Amino acid sequence: MSTSAVNPKKRTGPVIFSEYNSGDGIKKAFSLKREDILFELKESKLKGRGGAGFPTSSKWMLTAAASSDKKFLICNADEGEPGTFKDRVLLQEYPELVFDGMVIGGYTIGAKYGIVYLRGEYEYIYESLQFYLQSMRKRNFLGNNILGSNFSFDIKIHLGAGAYVCGEETALIESLEGERGEPRNRPPYPVNTGYMGYPTVVNNVETLAAVPHIVCKSGKWFKKFGTDKSTGSKLFSVSGDCNKPGVYELPWGITIRELLNIVEAENTKAVQVGGASGICIPKSGFDRKLGYEDAATGGSVIVFNEKRNMLQVLKNFMEFFVEESCGQCTPCRIGNVKLLEGVEKIEKGNYTFSYINTLKELGNTMKVASKCGLGQSSPNSFISILENFKDEIFKSNGANNDRVG
Amino acid sequence: MTESDNIRVPVSQQPHSVIKSKKENGIGGLVSIQINEKAVMVPLGTTILEACRKNQIHIPTLCHHEDLCLAGLCRICVVDVEGMKTLQAACSFPITSPLKIHTSTPMVRKARRHIIDLILSEHCGECYSCIRNGNCELQALAKEYGVDGYRFGHVEQPRYSVDRSSVSVIRDLNKCILCRRCIRTCIDLQEVGVLEAIDRGDKTHIGTFLDKPLADVICINCGQCTNRCPTAALSTNDPSDEIWEAIDNPNKHVVIQTAPSPRAAIGEEFGVAPGKSFTGELNSALKRIGFDKVFDTNFTADLTIIEEGTELLNRLKKVLVNCDTSVKLPQFTSCSPGWIKFIEHFYPEYLDYLSTAKSPQQMFGAVIKTFYAKETGINPDDIVTVALMPCSAKKFECNRPEMNSSGYKDVDFGLTTREMATMIKEAGIYLPEMPKTGFDDPFGEASGAGLIFGATGGVMEAALRTVYELVTGREVPFKNLNIEPCRGFDGIKQASVKLENCVNEYSFLEGIDLKFLVAHGTANAKKVMQMLKRGELNDVHFVEIMACPGGCLGGGGQPIPTSAEIRRKRAQAIYEEEASLPIRKSHENPYVKYIYQKFLTEGPCGKLSHKLLHTHYTKRGRFIS
Ligand SMILES: Cc1cc2nc3c(=O)[nH]c(=O)nc-3n(C[C@H](O)[C@H](O)[C@H](O)COP(=O)(O)O)c2cc1C
Ligand code: SF4
Ligand code: SF4
Ligand code: SF4
Ligand code: SF4
Ligand code: FES
Repeated sequence: MSTSAVNPKKRTGPVIFSEYNSGDGIKKAFSLKREDILFELKESKLKGRGGAGFPTSSKWMLTAAASSDKKFLICNADEGEPGTFKDRVLLQEYPELVFDGMVIGGYTIGAKYGIVYLRGEYEYIYESLQFYLQSMRKRNFLGNNILGSNFSFDIKIHLGAGAYVCGEETALIESLEGERGEPRNRPPYPVNTGYMGYPTVVNNVETLAAVPHIVCKSGKWFKKFGTDKSTGSKLFSVSGDCNKPGVYELPWGITIRELLNIVEAENTKAVQVGGASGICIPKSGFDRKLGYEDAATGGSVIVFNEKRNMLQVLKNFMEFFVEESCGQCTPCRIGNVKLLEGVEKIEKGNYTFSYINTLKELGNTMKVASKCGLGQSSPNSFISILENFKDEIFKSNGANNDRVG
Repeated sequence: MTESDNIRVPVSQQPHSVIKSKKENGIGGLVSIQINEKAVMVPLGTTILEACRKNQIHIPTLCHHEDLCLAGLCRICVVDVEGMKTLQAACSFPITSPLKIHTSTPMVRKARRHIIDLILSEHCGECYSCIRNGNCELQALAKEYGVDGYRFGHVEQPRYSVDRSSVSVIRDLNKCILCRRCIRTCIDLQEVGVLEAIDRGDKTHIGTFLDKPLADVICINCGQCTNRCPTAALSTNDPSDEIWEAIDNPNKHVVIQTAPSPRAAIGEEFGVAPGKSFTGELNSALKRIGFDKVFDTNFTADLTIIEEGTELLNRLKKVLVNCDTSVKLPQFTSCSPGWIKFIEHFYPEYLDYLSTAKSPQQMFGAVIKTFYAKETGINPDDIVTVALMPCSAKKFECNRPEMNSSGYKDVDFGLTTREMATMIKEAGIYLPEMPKTGFDDPFGEASGAGLIFGATGGVMEAALRTVYELVTGREVPFKNLNIEPCRGFDGIKQASVKLENCVNEYSFLEGIDLKFLVAHGTANAKKVMQMLKRGELNDVHFVEIMACPGGCLGGGGQPIPTSAEIRRKRAQAIYEEEASLPIRKSHENPYVKYIYQKFLTEGPCGKLSHKLLHTHYTKRGRFIS
């Protein structure tokens, strides 16, 4: 088996998929001081690729500054958001980027242990990843006294058990600790009280994969790509009604229309940006830019053409949330059920507009009062689909009475 | 160690690890914040909820309970913190930087109302047919927020069947709001671990191991979860219908014994602030209800002291004089049935350390159906014995198959303080206005030593008063007989008294430091058992353990709510009442002397005592098939 995992495929892209040799980032990092790495990271303005978009340099700095005898770095490879598969591509085809990024991260924050939390469904790449880690150990990029330095770091891989919410970083930590995978209260944030109570950095696979490039090629180079608020490039997992679905590396700031052209989508009616927890954008919004400042996404882009029934699309998403809510907090556990019931009422034509509006208000409450990102974002599709496709939805599912709005 | 230090808090529910300044009030120890435009200073790490409460701002809560670790999951307590995108749960948000907090914005009020509406949409129960009617946090909240309808619909059919398998605790998940207080009580406070959240999403529910009925898992019946459940989802198994039936049956002679703790707390059920005892009033109320005799469990508490104390001295003699290695020390108390079930499940190989003395409740049952029946000439078959207890585990205890040494079921019913209060109200009695009356003969008034059984450390204090005096012929060397090291709410208390100038019979104890240890709450009991396993209790002679935090006064059948402050007040009521009693040592109780003269003529730990007043235990283990 080759060292770069299953079916190596050469991809092209400005940043992530640009030229990189395994180990280069580590070597470069070791020639730098920790502050210098943090500086480059800050300069790059890299933001988390897992969805929340938190500045990576701040996260690392907080953990680096925390005083503790143990620290941890966790690679979030739970990739559970419907419509994302770019982390799998990275792990399968570019493990050197992800793992070098972890070593650099460990070095920078002062962690000795790295953990990859691998989505349970990706069990089939587990062996090849272990194989790759072994090869890194042989080359002394991992293990004790890496490259003769006094820095030691090792990585273990933990398989998840298939809950979407375990991608949320604190639920992920609970799951790693052997507890029920449920989000914690925050604060405290993992950078202060994380895995086993120690300061912990949790980063998305893609975030970590960007790090070796930044270390080798500088933060300045990185921020040449993308926009001011969304620097660098992004891996988009494109699926749905298009001729060329797949993973694309494109600079942030590209419009939805441009993306649709690249993936050869025709007769597109709507694009769901950010997966089930994202927003659904109609034709009129296709000139919106993908980026943290406009249409943010952790990578998932799902294309729907004219033939799709948007109410069914929405129903599908809501069923997902009803099932995937961890069941901990009231707004999400019961709120999603109410939103789904609302969709079913519309489906049967058995609804009033005032009740639908009540549900939208409930959605707004869920956004602010839920305990974690799942419940905070699950009403997004409910609100955006009913708003953006109201003609289609309410025309074909006639209201019984008090038609307003 | 303080009570709260002992709580095992999972990382997920630990508060923010803040580096606190040494001087609480100095620079760095305080944070200045604004609540609703008002500037206030709070110690670093204070939660928003605590800060608000200190400043007379009321924040509603449901999942929060001050005895338990943080949860932050019902979200009813959300507030607006400037600069944060989402609302924050006040109960679990630690203040570590200057914040501007708003507790009543339109968004906050709407969110709270939505949350109440959501909970109600899934809450299957009707208040007027519910035992928590009038003392339910959900009901109170609905009223507070002016709920006048079901905005998001309402469940019509119950989703779960009610679990009545346990003689102690009933679970009705249809009324459960998933606040998970019970889980935190059972796992974190008591460290038993019977309840957990099972399934996820809308299927989430509170379950037991493999969703088995409560009677078939390792529940110790402590009822602490029923004390902390905000609704009627958890309650105790109420035998009052059967008791009314017995009272109404002219052929039955119905007697009740009342334990020390209920009288110190039952006033709370009638709206009286915690901290006042209603001993005399309760006696009158019980008589008016129709009980034929009202006895004081403290009588058998005194008897327990004599039996258990004698057993301890016998054990000491066997170990020290006969060098008998089969005899176990320290001797553990056995009067808390929750503790007994706990050790039977978790430490079955250590049952020999338990005193064989029955609990006061069970001793009384056996004495009533033998000695009392004989004295009064009433056929024991016609006697119904009721025990008013602070405890739900007492229900299980009186139903244990071995508890029939009188030849009958020794105690027919265990009734909790809460259930008793309802019976009193049903009889049209307002307890605080009752005249005071005494207890009935032939057991009469008991000693103060029996009374303090209600607080953690009380059994130890009572035992020491007697044992020390038996051994040395002198009173315990503590001012006013108050053995302070036994008192207070520290999780584990340890102390010793030196035995000097012993009387002849006990000369083998000359010069010995009698070491004792007191623990309350099964989480602390677990710690003690671990100490025992590690051999750290080799020089300890006597250990008192109560399953409930605070001892019986914090029992699972006591009035709701409970808190450290309330338990402290109840303890105060008990100790104050005891200080005023004429007799404060068990061995001076004339009725106890009388029963040894007339009935238990072979003396303490004699043959008849062994038959009636002692028992044996069952190795249960952690797995029940
Ligand atoms: C419900 C939910 C699911 C999530 N799933 C993932 C995931 O699968 N992968 C991921 O990297 N981040 C996921 N996140 C985001 C993480 O909580 C966290 O923000 C991220 O791992 C941080 O890494 P980053 O800063 O590199 O983006 C999820 C968040 C929520 C609320
Ligand atoms: S928002 Fe949903 S997933 Fe997140 S903690 Fe609440 S119930 Fe669990
Ligand atoms: S639990 Fe509370 S809200 Fe529910 S029926 Fe009983 S009293 Fe009413
Ligand atoms: S009665 Fe005690 S042991 Fe049983 S479930 Fe409740 S808290 Fe746990
Ligand atoms: S049973 Fe009671 S304490 Fe437990 S989660 Fe339900 S409502 Fe809360
Ligand atoms: S009381 Fe704060 S979240 Fe429940």
